[in-house]
Amino acid sequence: MNESTPLIRLIGLHKIYGRGGASYHALKGIDLSIHEGEFVAVMGPSGSGKSTVMNIIGCLDTPSDGQYLFRGMPVETMSRDQRALLRRHFIGFVFQGFNLLPRTTALENVELPLIYRGHPAAERRAAARAALRRVGLDNWEHHTPAELSGGQQQRVAIARAIVTGPKVLLADEPTGNLDTRTSAEIMDLITALNREHGITVLMVTHEPEMARYARRIVRFVDGRVESDRYAEPAS
Amino acid sequence: MIGNALLLSMRAIRRNLLRSMLTVLGVVIGVAAVITMVTLGNGATRSVSDQIASMGSNLLMVRPGQRMGPGAADAPKFRIADVEAIRTQIASIAAVAPVVNTAVTAVHQARNWATTVTGTSNDYFAAGNWTLASGREFTDAEQRAGKAVCILGSTVREKLFEAENPLGSEIRVKQFACEVIGLLRTKGQSAMGSDQDDVIVMPLRTVQRRLSGSLDVNLIMVSVTTPESIDAVKAQIESLLRERRRIGDSEDDNFRVMDTRQIAETLTGTTRVLTMLLGAVAAVSLLVGGIGIMNIMLVSVTERTREIGIRLAIGALEREVMLQFLVEAVVLSCLGGLIGIVLAAVASVTLAGAMQVPFLFSPSINLIAFLFSGAIGVIFGYFPALRAARLDPIEALRHE
Ligand SMILES: Nc1ncnc2c1ncn2[C@@H]1O[C@H](COP(=O)(O)OP(=O)(O)O)[C@@H](O)[C@H]1O
Ligand SMILES: [Mg+2]
Repeated sequence: MNESTPLIRLIGLHKIYGRGGASYHALKGIDLSIHEGEFVAVMGPSGSGKSTVMNIIGCLDTPSDGQYLFRGMPVETMSRDQRALLRRHFIGFVFQGFNLLPRTTALENVELPLIYRGHPAAERRAAARAALRRVGLDNWEHHTPAELSGGQQQRVAIARAIVTGPKVLLADEPTGNLDTRTSAEIMDLITALNREHGITVLMVTHEPEMARYARRIVRFVDGRVESDRYAEPAS
Repeated sequence: MIGNALLLSMRAIRRNLLRSMLTVLGVVIGVAAVITMVTLGNGATRSVSDQIASMGSNLLMVRPGQRMGPGAADAPKFRIADVEAIRTQIASIAAVAPVVNTAVTAVHQARNWATTVTGTSNDYFAAGNWTLASGREFTDAEQRAGKAVCILGSTVREKLFEAENPLGSEIRVKQFACEVIGLLRTKGQSAMGSDQDDVIVMPLRTVQRRLSGSLDVNLIMVSVTTPESIDAVKAQIESLLRERRRIGDSEDDNFRVMDTRQIAETLTGTTRVLTMLLGAVAAVSLLVGGIGIMNIMLVSVTERTREIGIRLAIGALEREVMLQFLVEAVVLSCLGGLIGIVLAAVASVTLAGAMQVPFLFSPSINLIAFLFSGAIGVIFGYFPALRAARLDPIEALRHE
């Protein structure tokens, strides 16, 4: 559907954890291309390699074999620092467990990626406020995670992920710790970010209701892509 | 990058304020101990050298025997003729005074006081840096005849006369009555810690005839006109006395000429060594404080594994995480250093008052202790920081 270079391209990707007898073959040859602006849900049974592939795409981990091209650049040969810079500039993470800094206000949590990007304080503050407003938390800037509900914490985490204007949002079971209603709110937010801001979204979920928000669903089984299909265009 | 690390470190320290304060306690105590010890030691050294200066400057002390203590008693004493020989044969001398000391109990009315009588001449006042608070010195006639007249040090005067004016009154020393003709101005403690004002001065002959019963002179005090001539005068006195005491070329001196500078060097040298020793002991406690920082920083790295994972996932470089933890350790230990400096100032002023030594603020030791505390942060923060930076982001994020 898009002729240009894919944002993410996996070619014959393998991941083997450990060595010798104790080793585990978690990914057994993954081929996958994701273009800018897509909203992809990754589904599959537990242990099928979903998180493993997300970690590799997120440049947190390296494949044992095969190629990973991010915007055409081979990632598997990059140094640890080069991958960190790739994360800093192009990738936003949302985790199942929120992963906010404890005893740190929402504003300071959202500011964090901008500190590493070296933005001046005033600009940083303004951008963090704007991101919090975008996720609907204007009035919660000075609350710490302990003072926020699970849904609110995940909103802060999303604000932190998008504050740098990343190319791709990687979300590993973002609604796994949330009730159905809050999950729907979070999914609405992620969908809006994809539609209105053109952020590419790659989301792991095992709930079909959540996967329904995506336009493309990739199914993993036992370290392989079992199916890859586009949903009917939402009316 | 340092600015960022500083910002992140300050936020982390603020987040754990109580623990941060407890972490630096060791450094606080270490820095405070080092500075206090050295400050008090410098004060003690100063007070010793002040006291030596009060003994009189450019002063030579000639004693029989090679050293003080056992053996000194066997060496032949001096005679008044030796004093006269020094006075007449050696140039560049301001004053020469013979000294005989005897322990006595002095009595005035119902009060009595155990003290020392110094038999000497009027030259003693010039040589020993004494001035009269009131009254007069001895007349030639009194000195020649060995009259029963005396000049009191301020301690003796207080003990025997309290508020009364002693001039013209009599005190009893052993079996004779002695008229008070003068009073010495207060000098305070000597370098050895004795009370220099606890003294009664009488003419030499008076002491020899009525108290010691011999013509011996125990000590000759020589004051030299200029500090430069002190070594020359010392050499001349030595050769003169060797000749007068008929000491052969192969024999050792049976007397000893010491100058105040030498005494000063010996004594201040001792206090300086003590100061360094105490400072070194305190420095060890500073080192222990550093180990405390490393311990807490290691605990902190383990405890904050997840936080480190988050930072790495967000795109922090290894060296940025490293720097943050290093800066955190340095900021903590410098903070400890600053608190220690304040604490030391309070402790030094208080203790200097209690120990009656002057408070000498030394910018250099404060600076050194502060820099040392910073260095401790670097040294003991390095390993925990390295450990934090090397964490695997995925495992760190999974850490509970
Ligand atoms: N660090 C690791 N070391 C060894 N095995 C691992 C490691 N991480 C994941 N695995 C294994 O790899 C397989 C895939 O894991 P994962 O990608 O987390 O699955 P999921 O699809 O549930 O997210 C699982 O069987 C898991 O036990
Ligand atoms: Mg998983």
